[in-house]
Amino acid sequence: MSPEPPILEARGLVKRFGHVVALNGADFELYPGEILAVIGDNGAGKSTLIKALSGALQPDEGEIELDGDRVHFRSPRDARRAGIETVYQDLAVVPGLDIASNIFLGRERRRRGPLGLGLRLLDKPAMRREATRHFAELQIGVQSMTQAVENLSGGQRQGVAVARAATWARRVVIMDEPTAALGVKETRQVLDLVRRVRERGLPVILISHDMPHVFELADRIVIMRLGKRVAVVTPQTHTMPEAVAIMTGATQSELEQALTTEKPKE
Amino acid sequence: MATTATPDPEHASSRPGSLKLALRVATAPTVGPFVALLLTMAFFSFKSDRFLDPQNLSLVLQQVMVVGVLAIGQTLVILTAGIDLSCGTVMALGQIVMTKLAVESGAPPLVALGLGILTCVALGILNGGLVTGIRLPAFIVTLGTLNIAFALTHIVSDDLTFSELPSEMLFFGRTFHLAGAEFTYGVVFMLGLYAIAWYALTQTAWGRHVYAVGDDPEAARLTGIRTGRVVLSVYTLAGLTYGIAAMLLVSRTELGDPNAGQTTENLDAITAVVLGGTSLFGGRGTVIGTLIGATIVGVFRNGLTLIGVEVIYQYLVTGMLVILAVSVDQLTHRSRA
Repeated sequence: MSPEPPILEARGLVKRFGHVVALNGADFELYPGEILAVIGDNGAGKSTLIKALSGALQPDEGEIELDGDRVHFRSPRDARRAGIETVYQDLAVVPGLDIASNIFLGRERRRRGPLGLGLRLLDKPAMRREATRHFAELQIGVQSMTQAVENLSGGQRQGVAVARAATWARRVVIMDEPTAALGVKETRQVLDLVRRVRERGLPVILISHDMPHVFELADRIVIMRLGKRVAVVTPQTHTMPEAVAIMTGATQSELEQALTTEKPKE
Repeated sequence: MATTATPDPEHASSRPGSLKLALRVATAPTVGPFVALLLTMAFFSFKSDRFLDPQNLSLVLQQVMVVGVLAIGQTLVILTAGIDLSCGTVMALGQIVMTKLAVESGAPPLVALGLGILTCVALGILNGGLVTGIRLPAFIVTLGTLNIAFALTHIVSDDLTFSELPSEMLFFGRTFHLAGAEFTYGVVFMLGLYAIAWYALTQTAWGRHVYAVGDDPEAARLTGIRTGRVVLSVYTLAGLTYGIAAMLLVSRTELGDPNAGQTTENLDAITAVVLGGTSLFGGRGTVIGTLIGATIVGVFRNGLTLIGVEVIYQYLVTGMLVILAVSVDQLTHRSRA
């Protein structure tokens, strides 16, 4: 456990959709500078948890603290204003706009002076320069910032979405299945990108189905089951089959069996 | 995502500057419509000696003026993946309001113009409010507004035509001579509006948001754009352009005519936008393309009249033209997806 206080903390989150209890008293802590993976079977509540943390929905009960302060996010705008950026599973980039426009979408920079104030003229060169700088820092290779996003590969598009999050996030980056739609090579590049975001000092919450990637990247792994956090493990203390067993709620004997069959491999 | 270590052989900046420029020009979205305009003009100049006459060309421009301004508002709406079927009848209502106030009620001309334009803005706000507030499809909302404006035009005018308008209302119909050709101030005003629309769409954050909302509304919302406000602003501004078009129509016809603007102008404005390369799927297109598209429509109407094609066949041809343009849009959209 890190001696520092958590940067983002949730206690006793409850979220119901009609009769379905998606979150049933879930707790959560994210510490500075870590990659925290959240895993769980379908319906375990991981995406509901993430939506509550990113402002996409509001929990019925429980509290969320950011840097020790109680926060209430009524929309993704609120969370973003507090410094939490989310990379959505379906990317949320606008295909017809170019890379720089996507990075600055909704946060455009205007010219200084009367041109910007009166005529609201965009400062395109400055936005392009800044986008280029962020791409270089994150080592994302693209030909030019004026390329339309629709002309990019899936991995490059994901790069744009991650770069946008890393550009604007001041406290936390949340990534929802960032490699779900990608090929092997592109997946590798996005995983490297996740590490570089952490190297910039931003803690990352990573939601993924892909156990090998989770175990490769994560410092700690939160395991969700039936709307609760059932365990927090690390790649050092637990193996993948153990984590899967906890995730699926396997019994103790099944767990031991899984361990003995898996042992020779290690 | 190629890492920076792997240089791309087709790296854009490695091309010589002039070649890059030529490539950009050749792939610009307005090239297709422009070539289509040149071909249309070549066809009619071949068919009729009078077509390229400066007098005739300036007539084309005057005919383009009203549809051209309507098409600016229509472009904004279509960029958000909407459609405005009411543009022609809203303009007709605005035209009746301004001429009736000036002639019958004796309102000062500028007040009459202002109230006529405000009527169009109000209907634009109604359209936008229903599309964003209750999330009704633009097609149905504006089909309703089309009928409401049509009915109001006839009710307000009592089916009377208003003539003998004050001279202030005819200013934009006045002409001046430049290089042997005759131009109206209205045509210059239209070009000014195009310049403003181009600036707003390409050089401001609002313009980018219009494109983003039309291209992928969910992505736009998730990046923090208030999509409802953007769409409402678009329909409101569209209403404003219909009001201005009403003012230009009055200045050209010197009449307030309850039967004006209801048939040809409506479809012509949509045809101009689509011929200009703006996609009905939203998020793609330029106002410069629309200006070219409006000119194509004007050239078609003028040319068909010159070579003696009956009006009813002109409907046939423009109907086929809009279907052709929409088909091209559909096919390019499919190849992109």
